[in-house]
Amino acid sequence: MTARALLRVRRPGRLAAEAAALVIAAAVAFPLYWMVLSAFKPAGEIQSTEARPWTLAPSLDSFRRVFEQQEFGRYFLNSLIVAGTVVIASALIAFLAATAVTRFRFKFRTTLLIMFLVAQMVPVEALTIPLFFLMRDFGQLNTLGSLILPHLAFSLPFAIWMLRGFVKAVPDALEEAAYIDGASRTRFLWQILFPLVFPGLVATSVFSFISTWNDFLFAKSFIISDTSQSTLPMALLVFFKPDENDWGGIMAASTVMTIPVLVFFVLVQRRLVSGLGGAVKD
Amino acid sequence: MTANTALRKVPARAPGAGGAPARTPRRRPASPTRRSGWTPWLYLLPALVLLGGLLVYPIYQLGLISFLEYTQAQVSGGEPTTFQGFGNYATLFGDSQFWQVLLATVVFATACVLATLIVGCALAVLLTRIRALPRLALMMAALGAWATPAITGSTVWVFLFDPDFGPVNKVLGLGDFSWTYGRYSAFALVLLEVLWCSFPFVMVTVYAGIRAIPSEVLEAASLDGASQWRIWRSVMAPMLRPILIVVTIQSVIWDFKVFTQIYVMTNGGGIAGQNLVLNVYAYQKAFASSQYSLGSAIGVVMLVILLAVTLVYLRLVRRQGEEL
Repeated sequence: MTARALLRVRRPGRLAAEAAALVIAAAVAFPLYWMVLSAFKPAGEIQSTEARPWTLAPSLDSFRRVFEQQEFGRYFLNSLIVAGTVVIASALIAFLAATAVTRFRFKFRTTLLIMFLVAQMVPVEALTIPLFFLMRDFGQLNTLGSLILPHLAFSLPFAIWMLRGFVKAVPDALEEAAYIDGASRTRFLWQILFPLVFPGLVATSVFSFISTWNDFLFAKSFIISDTSQSTLPMALLVFFKPDENDWGGIMAASTVMTIPVLVFFVLVQRRLVSGLGGAVKD
Repeated sequence: MTANTALRKVPARAPGAGGAPARTPRRRPASPTRRSGWTPWLYLLPALVLLGGLLVYPIYQLGLISFLEYTQAQVSGGEPTTFQGFGNYATLFGDSQFWQVLLATVVFATACVLATLIVGCALAVLLTRIRALPRLALMMAALGAWATPAITGSTVWVFLFDPDFGPVNKVLGLGDFSWTYGRYSAFALVLLEVLWCSFPFVMVTVYAGIRAIPSEVLEAASLDGASQWRIWRSVMAPMLRPILIVVTIQSVIWDFKVFTQIYVMTNGGGIAGQNLVLNVYAYQKAFASSQYSLGSAIGVVMLVILLAVTLVYLRLVRRQGEEL
């Protein structure tokens, strides 16, 4: 047994690699640890010049400030509405479009695909100015619609591009069989293709969820006077004060804002990795 | 142009793929275009309407505004807009701050892309050489960093490096050194944050790619006595070329467009605008000083640069003979 162990490839090398991996993992996780830790620290410890990596007296004061003083629940709900609407609508619309460009041959198909690719490259931030005027002209400023519509549009090109691989993977024979059995095109689309592509839809929705949930620029630019329509990032900025930042509040608000994304990520983690592989290979 | 060449490469599909009832037993339909009829366009309609209204039209508007005189007076609706021709661009290109910001953007984005790619690829290789438990730890930590919203990531990093209450200065013994005060230290801090939240995408994608390489190939290389660096350079990197192109281009696009990190961490572009990048610069011009046309002109410049990157990408993909 020892002989076999000795024969194995470079054992100390692997141990060193594993040690390095653990150290790096700790370093990468440290900012998140510090965020949660600071959220639970009592006010005196946060403002102390001795930054201790632990706390003996965890307190919920910072969270209380977040939930009570601000309209945090409202902001949270707004963020959920915006992100939820974008995720569902973008998944359905992108599914239809991806089906069109993968399972049909038609004129301008390749041109369209290139357009979807180019559309991903457009710097969304540069469009804030014309979008601002567009939203103003349609009376959409200060409404959640002004956040939902642009995010929906901007999440589509990548979603279509990524879903292609999943739609393509469904064998053509299945489609033929469905038609021979007398299924209509619509029936095939929603009762056969849709469930088969669903895992891909989940992987894709991670990206639209994150970009929408994390948005800061549109929320800042389009929701200018009606704070009842604000989303989470604005609630976080409240704690930044010119004289002295309320770090406890900032860290507690950050923690609350990060948790939904983390949960979403952990839930779809496996599908995400395989989905990325598929999207990249195609 | 390129569309035609690609169209020729598309292999004929089996019948039924077009979605038409599989009545015809012919393998090659005479006219695939006619067969599918309007159905694909019907499926595409919602996407095209949204993209047309909220992407194509705003791009047109962006270009239009950049040729007009558009300031607070016009926005409030009082004054008529006047055509400026290339006046705004002349103003912009004559402003030394624009060139300074452009240079800073290019250098900063390049540094971010290189750091992200090197760290991401190195860790992806590391992942393949360790057992399940440490791999899970690194994967989870990376996913956590990836999932963190840019705005919360930015605030946490600023807090970590805070001169009074942050742990980093304590550990490094830097006293009350302010990272955001100096131009280069502020850029370095933002770079660290960008690296932290963007290396996981590269790592996970490249790792997925390495896993797809047959293990015999890697074993053969290592039996032949190749070092890890040699295996990466001569075996993995060539096989991963398509994936590496994708992550490089994505990184270029993301890092060139960095907004939130700069805006939050340097408080809107740093002292006297020393940490401005194009995106933040355009925003400040438009929304802070109401010079909407100048802001739009900056947006157009960004658009042109990123489109150039896209063309390079398309050429690289095409050269591999990949079908769209």
